[in-house]
Amino acid sequence: MSDVTATARAEILDRIRRATSDRPSPQPIVRNYRTAGTTEADVELFVDRLVDYRATVHRGTPDQIEAILAARGIAQVIVPDGFDQSWLPTIGQLREPLGITELDSAAGVVTTCAVAVAETGTIVLDAGPGQGRRALSLIPDYHLVVVRAEQILASVPDAIAVLDPTRPLTWISGPSATSDIELKRVEGVHGPRTLDVLLLT
Amino acid sequence: MTFLGMPAASLTGGNLDGEQPFPEAARLSVGNAQLRRNLGAATHTIRGKRAAVVSELPDWQELRAAGAAIKDDVLANLERYLLQLEQQVTARGGTVHWARDAQEANRIVTDLVKATGASEVVKVKSMATQEIGLNEALEQAGIEAFETDLAELIVQLGHDKPSHILVPAIHRNRSEIREIFLREMPDVDPALTDVPAALAEAARGHLRRKFLTAEVAISGANFAVAETGTLAVVESEGNGRMCLTLPKTLITVMGIEKLVPTWRDLEVFLQLLPRSSTGERMNPYTSMWTGAVEGQQFHLVLLDNGRTATLADPQGRSALRCIRCSACLNVCPVYERAGGHAYGSVYPGPIGAVLSPQLTGVDRNPSLPYASTLCGACYDVCPVAIDIPSMLVHLRARVVDDKREQHRLPSPEQAAMAAASWTMRDSRRWTRALRAVRLSKPLRGWRLLPPPLSSWISSRDLPAAPAQSFRDWWTEREKSRDE
Ligand code: SF4
Repeated sequence: MSDVTATARAEILDRIRRATSDRPSPQPIVRNYRTAGTTEADVELFVDRLVDYRATVHRGTPDQIEAILAARGIAQVIVPDGFDQSWLPTIGQLREPLGITELDSAAGVVTTCAVAVAETGTIVLDAGPGQGRRALSLIPDYHLVVVRAEQILASVPDAIAVLDPTRPLTWISGPSATSDIELKRVEGVHGPRTLDVLLLT
Repeated sequence: MTFLGMPAASLTGGNLDGEQPFPEAARLSVGNAQLRRNLGAATHTIRGKRAAVVSELPDWQELRAAGAAIKDDVLANLERYLLQLEQQVTARGGTVHWARDAQEANRIVTDLVKATGASEVVKVKSMATQEIGLNEALEQAGIEAFETDLAELIVQLGHDKPSHILVPAIHRNRSEIREIFLREMPDVDPALTDVPAALAEAARGHLRRKFLTAEVAISGANFAVAETGTLAVVESEGNGRMCLTLPKTLITVMGIEKLVPTWRDLEVFLQLLPRSSTGERMNPYTSMWTGAVEGQQFHLVLLDNGRTATLADPQGRSALRCIRCSACLNVCPVYERAGGHAYGSVYPGPIGAVLSPQLTGVDRNPSLPYASTLCGACYDVCPVAIDIPSMLVHLRARVVDDKREQHRLPSPEQAAMAAASWTMRDSRRWTRALRAVRLSKPLRGWRLLPPPLSSWISSRDLPAAPAQSFRDWWTEREKSRDE
């Protein structure tokens, strides 16, 4: 630590001590909201939320993946390490290591996910097997996420309870969007403009 | 009144006060019909969306009470939590820097950027870096900063100032945005229409190269978890993800109050923030990272800039609970008429009226505590239950005291306000007065205000006061808990 930042640090901490010399005693934190495990996950609600965000939801089995990609006109797709090879028998695959240019010119990416939240229509990636590093699901304009039904949890507290904060986490709720122009929601700015979700049933 | 042991808010640099006092700046913007139309339409829309998604959650008030209590815990134990955060971030390969004021923070960031050899940086929307005037400081050092949030881009290309915390270009309509893009984006299609999707597409094209080639990104943070060292950025467009993920060096500037004690606490704030701010169940993207990840260099700059001075006032410190959702702006009748620029600070609206004067010291923002009708709508929507009306009354008293201390004779207006504050300082009397306003329609309470504020308030435009205020709800809840 440089001398300047050490001095700044000491002074800020000293200011804090003086500012709280009245020893504030805040109200206790009461967690009487719906905590983890208190609500049932509702798959229909999850689908409804995703559709509301303009994601496209498919239900079925992994052998539909190639057909979903084909319907989007995607002939070659980024496949992160750990993604089940048997789910992609024929399609062209782009595998790591991939540079920025390759990611930018790729037509799309397929990933799995860590968990999903029904109440908010959220899918969380944690860079685990089948998901890859964060850039893979960010730069391509198309993202297909495979969600297993048992990964769908009821609420945000349920997801927080199982996620590991030391992994890089990306919470995705629908495709990239903006409401900056007259508060009109427009899907698709910098992240993938199309989000397909395959729900394994 | 003087607060003993209170560190003086000696600020150097930054964007926390304007050139004109609020009433004069407001008189100008109230006269701008286009601005008022844009603002009115926007705040009404977002208000409705917020109300709808908030009413979906059966436990909203419980979440809100928990959010307030968690933030109060942070403020009461700030030193401990900051040290914990520093330790965690450092243990995971990040570097933590401390900045007493805007100038110091700007110098730290500028030096970090220079050390990488980069002459350009990409930026994710961040209130903290606007507050300290970072872009201007970088420019002086020959470093170009590119705002990547669509609204920030509109503001930057329009050589303009943000007017809302969440939707900084809320004062611009689509045709104005189109004109700005046509004028300022060298590679834009001259046939660009003013359809929002086309404008968003133009922004995508404009920024794509920048994202893919940037060496350094600068962000703010919505939350930092003391227990784990985890930082969180909540956004919509994906520009945040681009900045946080792709560049080799990431510099995050964060106010020291942005902490939460534990990882679990995010379960509260990730519900409170999106619903209060954009009126969505969840914002499209939230990124979380702990220390230096995926081969990046990570620097965290912890910023005081008047926050410890705010912390020192027991009746004002809860302004530091604020999670910058902007719900209070959208319900405020004064904000709706005056617009964000009139407040002269990067923090406009009700929260700005209580936060800016505390960050700078009331002498530098003496008119802001008067920029309110005390209608209480801000308190009712605030997801961390900041009692802004009571705080405004308290700050008015501080303004009057401050003037008196400087041996200036108080104006009749100040004398009247001091008297009013004196009565309102009694919390029971104040609660009764607020309830009376809530229950009576037409709402006569507004007429008590000093001009020009009194003249803006026409009762027909007022948002309906909720049947039960948070204060009433809280009291009842406490009662039923005792039973
Ligand atoms: S004061 Fe409350 S309502 Fe206003 S921006 Fe802050 S958290 Fe949101």
